[in-house]
Amino acid sequence: MIRIDSVTKRYPDGTVAVDRLSLEIPDRSITVLVGPSGCGKTTTLRMINRMIEPSEGTITLDGVDIGKQPVNSLRRSMGYVIQNAGLFQHRTIVDNIATVPRLLGWSKDRSRARARELMERVGLDASLAKRYPYQLSGGQQQRVGVARALAADPPVLLMDEPFSAVDPIVRKGLQEELLRIQEELGKTIVFVTHDIDEAIRLGTMVAVLRTGGRLAQFAPPAELLSSPADTFVEDFLGTDRGIRRLSFFTSETLELTKSPIVSVDSSAEEIASRATPEAPYLLVTGLDGKPLGWSDPGDLAAGEIAADRLLPYGRPFEYGKDSLRAALDCAVLSPTGWAVAVDGTGRVAGVVSQQTIGEAIRSAHASGQRDEKVAG
Amino acid sequence: MNGFFHLPSDLQNTWLGLVGLHLREALLPVLAGLVVALPMAQLCVRFRWLYPPVLGVTTVLYAIPSLAFFVVLIDYTGLSETTVMIPLAVYTLVVLVPAIVDGIRSVPQETLDAADAMGFGPLRRYVQVQLPIAVPAILAGLRVATVSSLSLVSVGTLIGNQGGLGNLLTDAMFYHRPMLAVNSVVTTAVLAILLDAALVLVRILLMPWMPRATRAKRTRADARPEPSAIALEDAAR
Ligand SMILES: Nc1ncnc2c1ncn2[C@@H]1O[C@H](COP(=O)(O)OP(=O)(O)O)[C@@H](O)[C@H]1O
Ligand SMILES: [Mg+2]
Repeated sequence: MIRIDSVTKRYPDGTVAVDRLSLEIPDRSITVLVGPSGCGKTTTLRMINRMIEPSEGTITLDGVDIGKQPVNSLRRSMGYVIQNAGLFQHRTIVDNIATVPRLLGWSKDRSRARARELMERVGLDASLAKRYPYQLSGGQQQRVGVARALAADPPVLLMDEPFSAVDPIVRKGLQEELLRIQEELGKTIVFVTHDIDEAIRLGTMVAVLRTGGRLAQFAPPAELLSSPADTFVEDFLGTDRGIRRLSFFTSETLELTKSPIVSVDSSAEEIASRATPEAPYLLVTGLDGKPLGWSDPGDLAAGEIAADRLLPYGRPFEYGKDSLRAALDCAVLSPTGWAVAVDGTGRVAGVVSQQTIGEAIRSAHASGQRDEKVAG
Repeated sequence: MNGFFHLPSDLQNTWLGLVGLHLREALLPVLAGLVVALPMAQLCVRFRWLYPPVLGVTTVLYAIPSLAFFVVLIDYTGLSETTVMIPLAVYTLVVLVPAIVDGIRSVPQETLDAADAMGFGPLRRYVQVQLPIAVPAILAGLRVATVSSLSLVSVGTLIGNQGGLGNLLTDAMFYHRPMLAVNSVVTTAVLAILLDAALVLVRILLMPWMPRATRAKRTRADARPEPSAIALEDAAR
């Protein structure tokens, strides 16, 4: 465990970048430091591998004061990933990744074999091994940065806004990749970002820092969203924290109904019997059970389905896997106000109204039920 | 062309012999200059305040005519090649020191941070990261210094047959054989072109890691005094 104990950093010019910060960073999980630019995140991170020495206070790693450890071996036991990757432009990708193993005295062959193994782990094609950094995209360079940090299998990974410079779609991919790698490797990760969404998506614990380097709140993301410590945290979380909090509730609690669902080959009587005042629209499914679209029952009365006149059903959510947030999103986007739930294979599992979702949200909040990191 | 390679006997050398002499007198000073400039540049990077005075001193040294150097040096090193090469070595500093400083400063902060974070010591970081990344800029400086040095060797004639191919110029006047002067100028020019091309080749072979586009841009920007401009200026000395 990394323990930051009332640490203060005062730069020579008098700037107090970090002010009496205390944090206990749990092992084998992602702890995110988040806050506005200039609030001391980088300074805090760099004090952990002693690129910056604290003015006051101590940092211990598994009970040992890091200030008393040889600095270079300390650093080699902590992977470090930065914005724009900071790759060595004069070395090939495979040699970039092999840097720390080489420093640790591994043979060239063993280091390179290890590097190739890591390229696969972070999702880099083996054909890139002999390329140079300028020949890679920003997202690929960032993956190389992660692979390089992991090369010597350090127990600790320090990441300073590693995904801030790539576009949102690539960033989402990198975030998912990081969560997957973390599931496999179980590192102790300290992750710095100024993006609260990223913090909530990645963090097991999130430390919100305010300008001047003071800790505003240290809590799991769901708790942060449900009970922000003060108005600073509340403002930092943004206006839609209620909606975002729904990401932590599973859609499993929703009661689906199958009554307004008809198959394309249904008979006219069957169709007529399905429409109710509460559910004036019917969802039409194909013979394979997948959704085709919503139809006005009036249109169906003739007994045949005009496929070109169906209303779009929006984006369905996967029942049990997606969160209440995804379900609500589907209902809001649907022209009928009903969300379509599908199973893992894309077949319709049922439909649910905005009203039912609203009830589920209220009872979820009431019970404070929390599901660990539901996707979406 | 008859007699182009037939040289007066007072030179006590063949044409090829003169070429060899000329190359040695031009290149050894560049090498010596590089050996001195590397630590000087590193000091200038490390202690920023040192850079302006160092630049000033190298510029002043460059402005001292070689004849003045000879007058002082003859007492110590005599009428020798060394007397010619010392000022030439000093002249290279005006190009090499800024080239190396710019090269080392061009290493991105992130790259240095990454090296620190991975536990590179300062020496290892210099040798394995900063220096290799600075090499393109250093090579650009070397191109200028080499061409300039090549054209400057001729002044060695002033202290008696120590000017390599430049010795042909005095003989051209002395014996009224203008062909000797043509020989001197053409041979020096060809050597300059060949050496410059060799350095470009070294860069292409040694630096596959540089993006093509910036490769061209960068060398143009770094070789601030154009080689040809310096050579012209030097010929006027
Ligand atoms: N070397 C330094 N000297 C003086 N002040 C610094 C130095 N580095 C950072 N600071 C200041 O310390 C504060 C925190 O910086 P930093 O840790 O980089 O913040 P963040 O990473 O959260 O953006 C800022 O006000 C910054 O200007
Ligand atoms: Mg920062």
